[in-house]
Amino acid sequence: MQSMDRRVVITGVGAISPIGMTARESWENAVAGRSGIRRISLIDPSDFSSQIGGEVKGYDPEEYLERKLAKRTDRYTQFALISAREAFEDSGLEGNIEPERLGVIIGSGIGGITTLEREHKVALDKGVHRINPFFCPMMIGNIAAGQVGIDIGAKGLNFSAVSACASSGHAIAIGADMIRLGRAEAILSGGSEAPMTLTGIGGFCALKALSRRNDDPQTASRPFDRDRDGFVIAEGGAVVVLEELEHARARGANIIAELSGSGMTCDAYHITAPAENGEGSARAMRLAIENSGMVPEDIDYINAHGTSTQLNDINETIAIKTALGEENARRIMVSSTKSVTGHMLGAAGAIEAIFTSFALNEGVIPPTATLQNPDEGCDLDYVPGKARQAVIHAALSNSLGFGGHNVTLALRKYTGE
Amino acid sequence: MELENRVAEIIIDKLGVKPEQVTPEAKFDTDLGADSIDQYELIMGFEDAFGLRIDEEEATKLTTVGKVVEYLKGKGLDQ
Repeated sequence: MQSMDRRVVITGVGAISPIGMTARESWENAVAGRSGIRRISLIDPSDFSSQIGGEVKGYDPEEYLERKLAKRTDRYTQFALISAREAFEDSGLEGNIEPERLGVIIGSGIGGITTLEREHKVALDKGVHRINPFFCPMMIGNIAAGQVGIDIGAKGLNFSAVSACASSGHAIAIGADMIRLGRAEAILSGGSEAPMTLTGIGGFCALKALSRRNDDPQTASRPFDRDRDGFVIAEGGAVVVLEELEHARARGANIIAELSGSGMTCDAYHITAPAENGEGSARAMRLAIENSGMVPEDIDYINAHGTSTQLNDINETIAIKTALGEENARRIMVSSTKSVTGHMLGAAGAIEAIFTSFALNEGVIPPTATLQNPDEGCDLDYVPGKARQAVIHAALSNSLGFGGHNVTLALRKYTGE
Repeated sequence: MELENRVAEIIIDKLGVKPEQVTPEAKFDTDLGADSIDQYELIMGFEDAFGLRIDEEEATKLTTVGKVVEYLKGKGLDQ
């Protein structure tokens, strides 16, 4: 069911991540399989069961943002701003679109938790009247979208998508639908996250969701491996510029890939555990394929959610088989770039969409870099260890979030037709 | 450090303006680009730095750098 005539393409990308300060640098390191996971340095991690993470390295906000803006924004908003500026510049859209037809949808799983913790401490230590007046507009989960709108002068639709680790997957899926519906000509869609705080890390530790492989950070995120023991928390931002195809063509834009469709479902099952056999995720993949006017035989590659948790990786594998059929599932390549980025939570879906679009554009499949011994039942081609050259025509990118949110993006190689 | 310099330092830090912009006549809103939230934060910055409380009615009168300095001198803070 391809419901509308308007097609959507990606004409710009931007990212700041544990493996690069730009989308391009992040991609090159993902392809090279270079891990961005280290012992956590932003706070003292000694008390945590998981003391490792994917931090953005050597980051000084004032190198990227005007001093006042840097001081008035939470780290999560800064990552969104930096990614959005890069993506917008990459797209060449500035001056080539009506501001009222340019939208922004930026997701975050948590929002400004660094600011929340700091001001909460101020309130406890010094009293509530010492709370910084910028507290609310710095902390709220939609402010990254608002700040990006101010920054690039985008006056069209603007809001945030919140679905935990599926947030930026939803931001892109909804952004594409908005363009298809004619509500905008272009939308900056993506996500950002900065969870490296006492309660951010502590909360996931309490859930026993994080890897404890503290003595070997670089292989701690090992999706689909029999020795995987949880995900690795990470931070960063990623934004894509979605644009209506004819609008992009008319201005001679560089088209990276087509965002051909999406599927969105809910497990309606459990707050954190995936539904049995990844039932909800399988439906999201099927819907994304149908929404793109494709069939399972068209799919060549899936950038998996692949978190490195026991439950996710086996259930996602089953879901891929359910959605595509056993034969197609065994034919295609599946990889998890979280093996090197860690889990960027609300930014994960967007950076993985960027990697997927580069894979289509350049014919290179990023590996599941850390996979050594596939678990029983994890029996697909996960592109272990090394990247692979392969011309691919269509791909999926999965994002799943606490709450049972599932979103699958479908992307196609853009061939000029 | 002189009172004037301490005040200027807080303003430069909070508003991200250049030192030469911080003249006694400079108005926080039109000359230094401070919106209302910036000004609330500035007042809190003065309160923290000088260990006093400035009530809201008085705060609304502190519209220029010079007025802040005068106000603080009036509280005996230039000693």
